[in-house]
Amino acid sequence: MAQGNLKVIGELLAKHGILVAFIIFMIVFTVLNPRFITSDNVLGVVRSSAILGVMAIGVTFVVVSGNLDLSVGSMMSFSTIVVLDLHDKIGPILGIPVMFAMTMALGALIGFLVGYLKLNSLIVTLGMLSAIHGLTLTYSGGKNMDIADKDGTWFSIFGQGEILGLPVPILLFALLAAGLTLLLSKTPFGRKVYAVGGNGVAATFSGIPRARIVFYCYLISSFCVAVAGLIQASRSLGSQNTVGQGLELEVLAAVILGGASLLGGSGTIFKTVIGVLILGFIQNGLLLIGLEFYVQYIVTWVIIILAVWLDIAAKRGQLWSPIA
Amino acid sequence: MMKRTIFAKHLRESAIWIFIALELAFFGIAGEFLSLSEGSFLAPDNMLLLIKQTVPLGIIALGMTIIMINGNIDLSVGPIFALCAIVLLDTMTWPIFAGLGDWVIPVSWTLAILVGSILGAINGLIVWKTGVDAFIVTLGSMLGYRGLVFLYNGEQPTYHLNWTLVDIAESTPLGIPLPILIFAGCIAFTWWLTKRTAHGRNAFAIGDNRTAAVNAGIRVGPHMVWNYVLIGFLVAVSSVTFYSASGSVNPNDGMLYELWIITAVVLGGTKLAGGRGSIIGTVGGVIAIQLMRKGLGHIGADTAMVNLVIGSILIVVLYIDRQLNRKGEQELKA
Repeated sequence: MAQGNLKVIGELLAKHGILVAFIIFMIVFTVLNPRFITSDNVLGVVRSSAILGVMAIGVTFVVVSGNLDLSVGSMMSFSTIVVLDLHDKIGPILGIPVMFAMTMALGALIGFLVGYLKLNSLIVTLGMLSAIHGLTLTYSGGKNMDIADKDGTWFSIFGQGEILGLPVPILLFALLAAGLTLLLSKTPFGRKVYAVGGNGVAATFSGIPRARIVFYCYLISSFCVAVAGLIQASRSLGSQNTVGQGLELEVLAAVILGGASLLGGSGTIFKTVIGVLILGFIQNGLLLIGLEFYVQYIVTWVIIILAVWLDIAAKRGQLWSPIA
Repeated sequence: MMKRTIFAKHLRESAIWIFIALELAFFGIAGEFLSLSEGSFLAPDNMLLLIKQTVPLGIIALGMTIIMINGNIDLSVGPIFALCAIVLLDTMTWPIFAGLGDWVIPVSWTLAILVGSILGAINGLIVWKTGVDAFIVTLGSMLGYRGLVFLYNGEQPTYHLNWTLVDIAESTPLGIPLPILIFAGCIAFTWWLTKRTAHGRNAFAIGDNRTAAVNAGIRVGPHMVWNYVLIGFLVAVSSVTFYSASGSVNPNDGMLYELWIITAVVLGGTKLAGGRGSIIGTVGGVIAIQLMRKGLGHIGADTAMVNLVIGSILIVVLYIDRQLNRKGEQELKA
């Protein structure tokens, strides 16, 4: 009987563990510091998580399709630098679509390499991480990029503006999350993404164009990166060449925390958003109770491994790995 | 038909050396026309310096090769590198060792190497016991270990200059800089381990087909743990070699090392999925990358080009390798 109960709890945790953990976290931090749950603080956390979140939503598509994307960090630097440069050269109205086109061209290149040439996504995107960083440096000549007239531009609306009392980055994050949730869970395309990630060979034999699906996933990912770059550029109106450095691994951490398997075929946008928010609230909560910023690294480490471990343990029905 | 496959295999193994030769020829000739500096790129002094500069990444890449042959990966080498350096430099100032004089040096070395090995062992044990993918485990500990680095001294750099230590690190026994000798020793050790021991053979077997290895009675778990201990050990050796001379470590040191190292190992012909790879190839990989960095700098190219070129080369190599493999597979089927 006890074992039956354990199994039920295990299944519950496997399905909704990340939500349970999220709620426990919120309660504990609120008890420790009541300021944690105030609307100002919550909005602040969500706003600062928006950039990471937007990128994580895109990477979720890639991960569900059974691939990895390590290039999103340097791609984000690229789009930030490009849009800041174009803002002064050709104006934001033209500059933003051109930046989106350039970023998505990079995404298309990765999608071609991984999808059609069937190269290993980890190494391709690792190479692209380096190559795009070089591209960014070449583009900017290694200098920081700044908008000349910072007060006289409406461009700051994407990062700093508010509509109906809600910060625009949060709105963009929410819109993108809602739209891509529909795409991933309610359309034939979304089902094909799961099929390709779950069992690529079976998907191919069922007539699903695997290469094209993977290609589109990278295109979606690069679109999200462009949005993130837009928010970042608009928030600070100036940027270094390395603004997105290291974000690729934080993004992956959020996606993994959300329960997506790196083997592909599982994960949802909603869970990824929860993963992003958990990372954001942990960071904020630990700071609020007076701990140094680096404590969050250690806590994140423990949480990522516990989350994935419990997920696996619930699936295989035993806590420890059976490998001798 | 068989000949073709063997040809592909040989080509694969020697490709990195052909590439290095091309790099040398190119930068040697281009340097004559384009370089602003007096010295030739191929001058022995320059080459020796170049090899010395590959040592820190090179030693870690040796460990990564074995980890990757075994079918795992380690993303946490950067923070381990920084943490070992902090242990090395900080323990030398501890009051309990004050009576030791310069004999504190071997004690600090040992402690740093111990810490590196333990951090590796923690990774390995988590990978083994929880069954969580090595990529996720070490991605997590990349963050966690970095947190430990900051825990030690906040955002302040840790520094301690001990002149005896600097003298040892800068010494040149037999006319060769000590770091290069240590690198050579590590190469010899890891080569022996992969080519001449049961442990090495098992690492290939596990990486190639884990289920088959389990069925053959190989204890997969302890093997993985020992490999992680080994990479932790090698990271510590690399850190000790590097920081003995510099005497100062920033909490952000070692960042993005994992990416450079994986790039070098893959360039050297090690298969990411495991089961194939060689120590000598990895040595070629790190030298090729360092040559590219120095060479492009020598002919006055932008440092930005280095990233662009290495990233593109990595993808091209992957494509060529795939083509060669595919041919091999078809030959076998026919």
